[in-house]
Amino acid sequence: MRDDNVCKGILVPGLPHPLLCPEKNEGWQRVRDAYEKARVELEESGAEILVLYSTFWPSILGHQIQAYPEPEWTYVDEEFHDLGSIDYKFRMDPEFAELAVTKCKERGLHARTVSYYGFPIDTGSIVALKLLNPENKLPAIIVSSNMYANRAESIVLGKSVRDAIDASGKKAAVVVVSALSNRLHTVEIDPKEDRIHSLKDHEWNSKFLEYLEKGRLEDVSQLSRQFHNEARVPKVVSFKPFWIMASIMGQNNLYDGNVLAYEPICGTGAAVVTLTPAEDTAGDLEYDEDDPEFYKGDREVLDFYDQPGMGPLEERDGD
Amino acid sequence: MSKGEIVMGALAPHPPHLVYAENPPQNEATAEGGWEELRWGYERLRDSLSEKDYDVIIIHTPHWATFVGTHFLGVEKFKSLSVDPIFPNIFRYNYDLTVDVELSKAIHDSAAEEGLLVKMMENPDFRIDYGTITSGHLVNPKWDKPIVCISSNRSKFYFNSELMQANMIKLGKATRRAVEASGKKALLLSSNSLSHRHFTTEPEIPEDMSKEHITNHNQYLWDMKMINLMKEGKTKELIDLMPDFTEQTVAETEAGCLTWLMSALDFPDYKATVHAYGTVIGTGNAIIGWDPKKAKI
Ligand SMILES: [Fe+2]
Repeated sequence: MRDDNVCKGILVPGLPHPLLCPEKNEGWQRVRDAYEKARVELEESGAEILVLYSTFWPSILGHQIQAYPEPEWTYVDEEFHDLGSIDYKFRMDPEFAELAVTKCKERGLHARTVSYYGFPIDTGSIVALKLLNPENKLPAIIVSSNMYANRAESIVLGKSVRDAIDASGKKAAVVVVSALSNRLHTVEIDPKEDRIHSLKDHEWNSKFLEYLEKGRLEDVSQLSRQFHNEARVPKVVSFKPFWIMASIMGQNNLYDGNVLAYEPICGTGAAVVTLTPAEDTAGDLEYDEDDPEFYKGDREVLDFYDQPGMGPLEERDGD
Repeated sequence: MSKGEIVMGALAPHPPHLVYAENPPQNEATAEGGWEELRWGYERLRDSLSEKDYDVIIIHTPHWATFVGTHFLGVEKFKSLSVDPIFPNIFRYNYDLTVDVELSKAIHDSAAEEGLLVKMMENPDFRIDYGTITSGHLVNPKWDKPIVCISSNRSKFYFNSELMQANMIKLGKATRRAVEASGKKALLLSSNSLSHRHFTTEPEIPEDMSKEHITNHNQYLWDMKMINLMKEGKTKELIDLMPDFTEQTVAETEAGCLTWLMSALDFPDYKATVHAYGTVIGTGNAIIGWDPKKAKI
């Protein structure tokens, strides 16, 4: 494992079913179990702070960062209200939230903290924090998803958060709350009959998971626009979670990927994936190298046979 | 039982800024004023309602977005705090309201008869959306009438504007039929702005009116086009233009509220009364009333 201030990246879905009624569908239960495995990985990662980016929290006035020290509420999802209420009490890190805002401003973004009793924290953040950080061992911040932001703004947002992590001297884990394909069933379904909304959505999800399994974070970041066009209901201008994740973690493919679950939840592609910084070795495809600041000797990037395993691509082409 | 009726329909947008600017005791944030043209417009709407006798306010809201069908509040009392997720600095409102569950259920059933997918919301911990709270407050700050609150099904995202409108026309018809059968007198509110491209920054003093204007001229021209159709009683043409208008100005009509209202009023061919037009952080907002009595004159 490569030593990095961001020691873990985690993708989780945000719908409430794995939290409130996993027993209704075997796949929802597997997502719940995967959350548990991700929680253990998180605990063992050495992270001292959690940075959540939730696609369930839209913002308009730049970027909002949750900074209320102990938000507490009894929450009901506006769509799935019949699944029950969720009591929560979380622990935020106001000081780190302020630092992140400062870093956003230094890079030219419009950003502010929000710190109000009763602020409506979104379903995705609630589900993720309840399942990944149930005892609030780690303090967290939650970063909103600006509706109008496109790639450049998202990348700068991610870099600003990274600046804050580096400046804090703390090890951080990044949690991105997002479905892959997001087309819900728009009719009531028997939970047992749940499936990905369309084969096309499933194929795109599978393609992304194939990359993520290999730790190819920058590749999925680069393909986000394509994914948005192919597998997303266009409620916002772009598909941002992997832009954010990559720009916080480092814009390359140097990770060990672990796909812990992939299941339909109400038609959407729900995946739990962890990414861990891998040894700093150059591969043979685009974005496989890090972004070096100092020359430390030849890394033999052109020697094809000395590359780390890249899965089927190398096996087929390498002999 | 005498036949129920819709005593008035109104376009009643919900920028929380208008509540903030009034400094009501329910809101925690305080302001030095702002957006007077729109607030005075709401005053004129309230004046026009003061002569009307009505039992219930039915609100169709963009900020209770649902994807699986249309939902209706099915609990009698709600008391909590509403904090605006976009503008928490200006809107933290303590509400205490009553729902006409009987009428809510009746509209639910009537919509089901139209073939719409519907659901009652029966969780008492549910938090009422800030669109409903804002429009409800601005029309009836005393909250002395029960409400019916209808979610906005976002079929526009999943299909297109035409399908959304077809469903909202059915929902409007279902609402009218249920009101008539209930014997009640109802005020209907379409809780939405018109053109809806926001500024992405906020002035340091939110009520600094030197910073307030429409985001762009295109939005203004479209807003005027739509308002003039309402003034002229050409509401079927309004419905025809709605998909283009929504697309061109990212209008909040995407939620279907206005289409629902026009259908519930059976597509008025009489003149609407424009109480005000103004902007809030760059979005176009009109306060407009339709009085069915005028149709009979
Ligand atoms: Fe709104």
